[in-house]
Amino acid sequence: MSMARHSPARSIAAHAVLATYTIIALFPVFVIVINAFKSRKAIFRTPLELPNAESFSLVGFETVLKQGDFLLYFQNSFIVTVVSLFMVLLFGAMAAFALAEYRFKGNSLMGLYLALGIMIPIRLGTVAILQMMAASGLVNTLTSLILVYTAQGLPLAVFILSEFMRQVSDDLKNAGRIDGLSEYRIFFRLVLPLVRPAMATVAVFTMIPIWNDLWFPLILAPAEETKTITLGAQVFIGQFVTNWNAVLAALSLAILPVLILYLIFSRQLIRGITSGAVK
Amino acid sequence: MAQATKKPIRWHIAVFLAPAVLIYTAIMIIPLFSTLQLAMYSDVENSQVYVGLQNFRALFGDPQWSDQFWNALKNNTWFFIVHMIVQNPIGILLAALLSSPRLRMRSFYRTAIFIPTILSFVIAGFAWKLILSPLWGVAPNLLDMVGLKSLFQPWLGKEAYALTTLALISVWQFVGIPMMLIYAALLSIPDELLEAAECDGITGMSQFWKVKLPLILPAIGIISILTFVGNFNAFDLIYATQGALAGPDFSTDILGTFMFRTFFGFQLQLGDPNLGAAIATAMFVIILIGVSIYLFGIQRRLRRYQF
Repeated sequence: MSMARHSPARSIAAHAVLATYTIIALFPVFVIVINAFKSRKAIFRTPLELPNAESFSLVGFETVLKQGDFLLYFQNSFIVTVVSLFMVLLFGAMAAFALAEYRFKGNSLMGLYLALGIMIPIRLGTVAILQMMAASGLVNTLTSLILVYTAQGLPLAVFILSEFMRQVSDDLKNAGRIDGLSEYRIFFRLVLPLVRPAMATVAVFTMIPIWNDLWFPLILAPAEETKTITLGAQVFIGQFVTNWNAVLAALSLAILPVLILYLIFSRQLIRGITSGAVK
Repeated sequence: MAQATKKPIRWHIAVFLAPAVLIYTAIMIIPLFSTLQLAMYSDVENSQVYVGLQNFRALFGDPQWSDQFWNALKNNTWFFIVHMIVQNPIGILLAALLSSPRLRMRSFYRTAIFIPTILSFVIAGFAWKLILSPLWGVAPNLLDMVGLKSLFQPWLGKEAYALTTLALISVWQFVGIPMMLIYAALLSIPDELLEAAECDGITGMSQFWKVKLPLILPAIGIISILTFVGNFNAFDLIYATQGALAGPDFSTDILGTFMFRTFFGFQLQLGDPNLGAAIATAMFVIILIGVSIYLFGIQRRLRRYQF
């Protein structure tokens, strides 16, 4: 690349803008987390200072762990997210394989039908979903959430995965067929391992909205024993509005696990987004 | 469907398709259509009676409902406009800077700016609610540091500012998505093209406007339609910060919160599933119109370049 595109002044300006926006993006998270570790007095007197020996206090976390059943909420969120994710990936990959691999009547129509759900949000069917879940006795169960999130995640998963499965070499699959592998074995043994990077991308895209959703837990499973962490935090914070220590601690508890997971997987996520899904 | 003319029935195709198609149809498509159907019924003495378009007449014409509906639609439109004029330009600017050659700390910026996007609405909403709270005083203190303390207002509590403030919080949270998608589009522009532009003396800003921007227009189109669908379907942020009543005085009420209130009832008013379904149908039609305008009006006219 030539130097014409590159001057020190321009580079400083770029860094200034990016750094400013990074501060805007991180500042609220930073303020919440540092104040969660302070005493009530310090929260109000010096909200922008890091906790020190004098102001350090864990009283907020103690209240949260005593009052709210955050461990249970966390477990519920975890079960719902992992099971839905597994079903979206397995069923999505199977359907994507059928659409990408075989020619049959109605193939493109089926692809279009499954892609409808990318544009039309599942929330619009909430009234009927609640009636259906009530009729089958699934209200206030994690199963209802898992079913809804599986249906919600499938369209995008099928769409992205079938794009990737078209790139798997035909020679490889045909070699497998000649060796007498059944179509199922070709899918599970040959094709699935090859599309693992695409599966990771789909996993991240499916996971974030499930973990963060407030609407369906609020409507389908608001009972104490089926609350997810997002709903639990929302209800808890609503009850403890005046207890600043507890509210800040609850927010930090909700932020930290996601943040840690994100920092571990961010490379994967960003590679997934930038790997030409837009082209 | 799983039939070929010469070969026997290929059952494996059906087996591969069945789980996804069944779950998707049962949980998504059927409820969507029964919601549309439910909107045509009404509860008369505990039994569902077909009433045609009466619910919609009430929604658009009966002052008890229509005032709230038009208010929610107006607010929702403003919510969308704020996203379009703030979120997307900022996203494009950040992506353009990130893709500049030989930028140091690129992956740090990328990772950090995307962090708000992974947080839930509940966290983002409450974090900002606390920061903007006049009780805590973080926001007034910060403004004081730059000598603008007089500008401070309890933004979330004032009718005139609350909706715009919430839209900006949502922008803060989601700017990472346009940034990433446009960044990806910019990376896919081949170097030869940019070098050719340089040979013709087109560099810097004019290179962005004349060469790169036309090439990333399809990505901007996708972002706009994603923003549209997301905004007209939004609920969580408003509910988490302002509650189901979308205060102050319904000034932050959007279609999602209006549907929730109508469906479940609030305070003294009983919930009405049929009217809730009618609002969902209205949202469905709005989203469908938006998506159609994009697919048939905009996407087809965008010129795509193959490299």
